[in-house]
Amino acid sequence: MERKIRVLIAKPGLDGHDRGALVIAQALRDYGMEVIYTGLRQSATQIVQAAIQEDVDVIGLSSLSGGHKALFPKVVELLKEKGAEDIPVIGGGVIPDEDIEFLLESGVNKVFTPGSSTKDIAKYIEALIRGGQNE
Amino acid sequence: MSNKFNEYQQLWEQSVKKTNERFPERKEKFMNHSDIEIDRLYLPKEEETKTDYVEKIGFPGQYPYTRGIQPSMYRNRFWTMRQYAGFGSAKETNKRFRYLLEQGQTGLSVAFDLPTQIGYDSDDPMAEGEVGKVGVAIDSLEDMEILFDQIPLDKVSTSMTINAPASVLLCMYIAVAEKQGVPKEKITGTIQNDILKEYIARGTYIYPPKPSMRLITNIFEYCATHVPKFNTISISGYHIREAGSTAVQEVAFTLANGMAYVDAAIESGLKVDEFAPRLAFFFNAHNNFFEEIAKFRAARRIWAKVMKERYKATDERSLRLRFHTQTGGSTLTAQQPDNNIVRVALQALAAVLGGTQSLHTNSRDEALALPTEESARIALRTQQIIAHESGVADTVDPLGGSYYVEQLTDDIEKEVQKYLDRIEEMGGAVQAVEDGYMQREIHQAAYEMQKKIESKENIIVGMNEFTVDEPFQGELLKVDEQLEIDQVARVQSIRENRDEANVQNCLNALRKACQNEKENLMPLILDAVKAYATVGEICNVMRDEFGEYTGA
Repeated sequence: MERKIRVLIAKPGLDGHDRGALVIAQALRDYGMEVIYTGLRQSATQIVQAAIQEDVDVIGLSSLSGGHKALFPKVVELLKEKGAEDIPVIGGGVIPDEDIEFLLESGVNKVFTPGSSTKDIAKYIEALIRGGQNE
Repeated sequence: MSNKFNEYQQLWEQSVKKTNERFPERKEKFMNHSDIEIDRLYLPKEEETKTDYVEKIGFPGQYPYTRGIQPSMYRNRFWTMRQYAGFGSAKETNKRFRYLLEQGQTGLSVAFDLPTQIGYDSDDPMAEGEVGKVGVAIDSLEDMEILFDQIPLDKVSTSMTINAPASVLLCMYIAVAEKQGVPKEKITGTIQNDILKEYIARGTYIYPPKPSMRLITNIFEYCATHVPKFNTISISGYHIREAGSTAVQEVAFTLANGMAYVDAAIESGLKVDEFAPRLAFFFNAHNNFFEEIAKFRAARRIWAKVMKERYKATDERSLRLRFHTQTGGSTLTAQQPDNNIVRVALQALAAVLGGTQSLHTNSRDEALALPTEESARIALRTQQIIAHESGVADTVDPLGGSYYVEQLTDDIEKEVQKYLDRIEEMGGAVQAVEDGYMQREIHQAAYEMQKKIESKENIIVGMNEFTVDEPFQGELLKVDEQLEIDQVARVQSIRENRDEANVQNCLNALRKACQNEKENLMPLILDAVKAYATVGEICNVMRDEFGEYTGA
């Protein structure tokens, strides 16, 4: 049997809004993935450590505090430093359009903004990890 | 009731049946978000007499306050229009405050950035990327002096959304007022100071429950004598609702938390009527119009009963549930953001019809960023239109006596009571929070809601239906990245230019006092603040002594 896709959902920085992170964690579980949720207030170092330790396929970052421009790229950089850049990073939260481009350029794979459906997110992850099965 | 009533009711039922055969109703069952079924029509109750009215609903300003806490409500004075604001530096936020006051706002409400709310200085490694983002960065008394520059603290009341470090920020406020020549006995305002909902829903906790409850009761005690006009806590359902709860859960968990604070204060030796008049509440206003109105009415009635029957409060002010309302942030859509203006107007109207004492209306662009000045102005104008143009403030509780609203008020009260009983069985709110009970209930409701939105059982206009394929073109507020660098330099220069020995003495005295459970920490925190000790330094002393909370 194929191994379940493993996802780390993480809250970088000090933001306490975890409704979105929790809902997505549960939706991905219901979709058949294994999800580890870090809890609040994680530093980039802690997130990258957890990702490597838990051997996840993808990291999902959530921030609603406006700190995404500093916090998301830091996770990407640290992954590189640890030689784990094969773990893709996706993000979500209150993120204005104009910041999305910056985040993508900084190595974030995809940004989901408010109103995204959890199914679309699950399908995106599936395609990203399993490759080519989605249009 | 009369035969005629029955006869007409039967006729009506027959015609409903006929119509429904030809045009089935939109849904088989109409439910609100709290899973209360909505009837087709609400009717007068046969048995209700004037005595029942007095006991259950009562006159405005009279127990059980269903119709409002004042005898003639907004006929005397409108609610306080209090917009939550703050971003970047103290200087920038001071400018926005003065702009809002010029525009007719009647009270201030400070949004602090996350490092301030969690007790870190701007140069703490934990603060990186978050300085000045969701609110104003305050490190020392100097920032606070700039924040309230040219704002007379004897005339303006200020609400501060601050919880774990509430004692520190309140002391800074007292110190600024004193510098303006305003004694602490005269200042008015509110500190949020509600740690239980931080564990449940909002996340800006620092210390474990026990020392946190001590800090809260220290504030109650200190303020009862020295800052008598300040609301010492704002027990908040707002964030519980934002985290995904139903309206019933919002009221139930908030009132359960309120009871936990009352218990803690009584246990620390205070008499209920010494502190209960200064308890304030904070609720959300979401889209389901009548459910929200009934929710506010039910909350007032339940709290009055709890205070009277359970705690034997005799001062009428202890029985009155005074509350602030904010419209629902999580109901705003990032898509077609101008639609949010309409949502906010409906929610604000529900708050006013529910008898709120003060109100914050959200801005249309808050699903995307902090509001621009223009968006913040429209939000304030929305309140002003309700107050000055709609006429809803001209009579007290205009929906009182509506068959539907009264029934829904009863239904919500009943459902809330079930939760209160369950929490009581678990050993009270502190225990329920530590067990993660409320967190789980809220998460489950949030997940159910998300599924209903994705299946389109719940329509969100502009988001899952009636969508357009146009990206948002408007302007958004941006917090200058340079700000964090400047603020870090500022706090470092403060540390270099103060009487360091004095600071260390103050911090040592505070440390000692932390170790003696009987000692009130407020006077020591006030000394430290006046010596320009920073928020981070003061909170770190307490971190060392009290430890940190790491989750349920």
